[in-house]
Amino acid sequence: MFTSTTNRRDFIKKMAKLSAITAAVSMFPGILFAEEQERGLPKDANLDWKKAPCRFCGVGCGVLVGVEKGKAVAVKGDPKSTVNKGLCCVKGYHSVMAMYGNDRLTKPLVKKNGTYVETTMDEALDLIASKMKETINDHGKDAVSIYGSGQWTIPDGYVASKLFKGCIGTNNVEANARLCMASAVTGFLTSFGLDEPMGCYEDIDHADVFVLWGNNMAEMHPVLFSRLLDQRLKRGVKIIDFATRTTRTSMAADKSILFLPQTDLAVANAICYEIIKNNWVNKSFVEKHCNFSKGLTNMGYGLEDKYKFTDKPEKISFEAYKTFLEDYTPEKVEKISGVSAKDIKYMAAYYGDPNKKVMSLWCMGPNQHSRGTWMNNLIYNIHLLTGKISTPGNSPFSLTGQPSACGTVREVGTLTHKLPHGVVMNKKHREFAAKIWDVPVENIDPKPTYHTVEMFRALDRGDIRFMWIQVTNPMVTMPKLKRYRDAAKKEGRFIVVSDIYPTPTTDIADVILPSAMWIEREGMYGNSERRTQYFEQMVEPPGEAISDTWQLVEVAKRLGYEKQFYYNKETHIEEIYAEYRKHHEGKKHNMAPLKVLKENSGMQWPYVDGKPTKWRFNSKYDPACSNGETFHFYGKPDGKAIIWQRPYEPAAEEPDAEYPYWLNTGRVVEHWHTGSMTRRIPVLHKAMPHGYVELNPDDAKRLQIQTGDRVKLTTRRGEIILPASVNQRGVPAPMQVFVPFFDENMLINDITLDSFCPISKEPDYKKCAVNIEKA
Amino acid sequence: MPIKSYLAHPHKDKKEELISAISQLKQCEVVPAENRDILVVVTETNSKEEEDDLRLKLETISSLKLLAMVSGFDTPQKN
Repeated sequence: MFTSTTNRRDFIKKMAKLSAITAAVSMFPGILFAEEQERGLPKDANLDWKKAPCRFCGVGCGVLVGVEKGKAVAVKGDPKSTVNKGLCCVKGYHSVMAMYGNDRLTKPLVKKNGTYVETTMDEALDLIASKMKETINDHGKDAVSIYGSGQWTIPDGYVASKLFKGCIGTNNVEANARLCMASAVTGFLTSFGLDEPMGCYEDIDHADVFVLWGNNMAEMHPVLFSRLLDQRLKRGVKIIDFATRTTRTSMAADKSILFLPQTDLAVANAICYEIIKNNWVNKSFVEKHCNFSKGLTNMGYGLEDKYKFTDKPEKISFEAYKTFLEDYTPEKVEKISGVSAKDIKYMAAYYGDPNKKVMSLWCMGPNQHSRGTWMNNLIYNIHLLTGKISTPGNSPFSLTGQPSACGTVREVGTLTHKLPHGVVMNKKHREFAAKIWDVPVENIDPKPTYHTVEMFRALDRGDIRFMWIQVTNPMVTMPKLKRYRDAAKKEGRFIVVSDIYPTPTTDIADVILPSAMWIEREGMYGNSERRTQYFEQMVEPPGEAISDTWQLVEVAKRLGYEKQFYYNKETHIEEIYAEYRKHHEGKKHNMAPLKVLKENSGMQWPYVDGKPTKWRFNSKYDPACSNGETFHFYGKPDGKAIIWQRPYEPAAEEPDAEYPYWLNTGRVVEHWHTGSMTRRIPVLHKAMPHGYVELNPDDAKRLQIQTGDRVKLTTRRGEIILPASVNQRGVPAPMQVFVPFFDENMLINDITLDSFCPISKEPDYKKCAVNIEKA
Repeated sequence: MPIKSYLAHPHKDKKEELISAISQLKQCEVVPAENRDILVVVTETNSKEEEDDLRLKLETISSLKLLAMVSGFDTPQKN
């Protein structure tokens, strides 16, 4: 948008070409475009092609990486991968270039008198271990913490959890998936008692209707979106985009429905009202497999330090639930949401039609929501009332944004309350983990400590003194960022950052460790459809960089935990994975052996009797079902899922006279998250070189703002100036603006609000009040 | 300045002929599938009128059985 026309046009041409290849790959499985895929490769290249999951988003596309003379030089989609069937998106095709930026971190750096000084890896690890010991001695075990991410490989997260929770004895383990997937987790747990989708990507091949809840799939999950478009070409499926902003997804959808921010809660309830009113309830399914419950309301928004909330579920009757929904007739909700009663009925009719299979897809819209858990519950309500769940094509499907948000954060359990199997609060779960970890059970603290926002608040207060940040960039992503940046710089704080490039987060570090990236080491990721994928080390990491796993193992040994961290350097990934699998043994979550992962393009869990489970809770597909019925929601003690009574409540901060616009933040197709990797890929950086603010054309006209003009955005947290974008890629609704967060030079999170869902503790990045004016 | 991509299906045994015919149109880039009778065609023109003319030319190629548009973009001539 702000790059040269030539570069922009070249990029668009490439996008157009990839779109067509995407469509062809989806329509004709196994089709090859070798010439295109190998364009740009060195002539006479003798490439060794090796398989891996893509490094970027949570879709988990299978890629083949071409290696020549010790360097990864090419990427193509893996035709054998059932995820992407040979296709890649524009980020995937360029993924290996992210390893070869000019400013790769290659040596450990230690801050001395305000400047970074190179040191050896051994000295850096010695320093980290001694600082951890000193902090624990002076301030207690809960003064040390680790903050990782959904880009941690499974072994990275596993050893982090084992070291901090099992050995040191603190639950100060969090990951950035708290910022993107926590509401999905609590949604699954409250509705079904077990985390992660019951269905799989194959649902796309069976569904008749796709409802995208606040999910710009065309930009965020382009490969999966291409599979939807392909099904429309083949079978005439319907795609409904239900969003607050017009995007490329809206333009490609059969119907675009816009709602006012936060009112998706009301619309979802109105859909349920319509389903009941029109007798579209699958009565036998609901009677056999569902309970009704309500929880506390008016929970607050977590804006104050040390905020606590514990829900108190209470069973209710179907009749009570029906009465509750009387407040959500389509006509009443039209007034709150801006969605016409006709459109609400249109969506409800698809969900209610017994002859239509419906797949709901969502990601950050319902998750980064001050009532995120409720929104997840409400989408499940629709599927449970109609019995459209756990069968091919009938699928509420929560997508993820990182390659191992599921595999590492949710399955390994790198959140304060979690263990690899179960939660710290449960005595049996602690005993089980302690036995595998070979630690006294008393080591595992039964009380969770800090979720992510509170962890950074604790750093500010001084309750936390040491923080190790691996493979994430919180100094770009934390909401109300300035408070937490200032906190990290306070006296008496010691910050370690493991990363591959300098970022705003390495800027606050006392020690910077260079990490091995993706195929520079061995590991596994787990994607959105419960698929665990292995990748081997294909190339050497630069300089002294080593994997995050081995950094942690080395520090653990220095802290005196040699017995627990017995792994051999050459075989440690295999040993760690074998140990990790023990936590999940059994029909409900068994993980495939490493040999199987190596031989296949990943494998879905539960992996039972040599087979993956594609649809959980359905006895036809899931060997863990044991109630003699077609469905068994075995995550709940009585085997029944819960339909939740959850009301509409306003956002933490809504527009007013002083700040009359909504501010929404998010991503763009060219850049992955904070751009620390994709901004070092020239074609992607040139295509989208910096941040911007999208305005509604009528608002822009009224304010006499044109594309490229400088616009000042002011919230109660501060102000920022950004170039305007009007009628370009996306179009916000009137009195709303959108800003992508990838640009570290235009830190939009300096002015966002750190409100969060009281149940999931996931921040709401989609809603706060802002004023805009021409700068 | 429209940029569009298509899937082009040739008549039986006419794939090479179709590649050759489309390649002669300067606004077109052709990416043939290696193992199927499908071509990806990307067009880049300067105006809607030129795009319409090109589309007419493509549709009159005798070896072409079906031309299905996949994506279309319209980019500004200047920033």
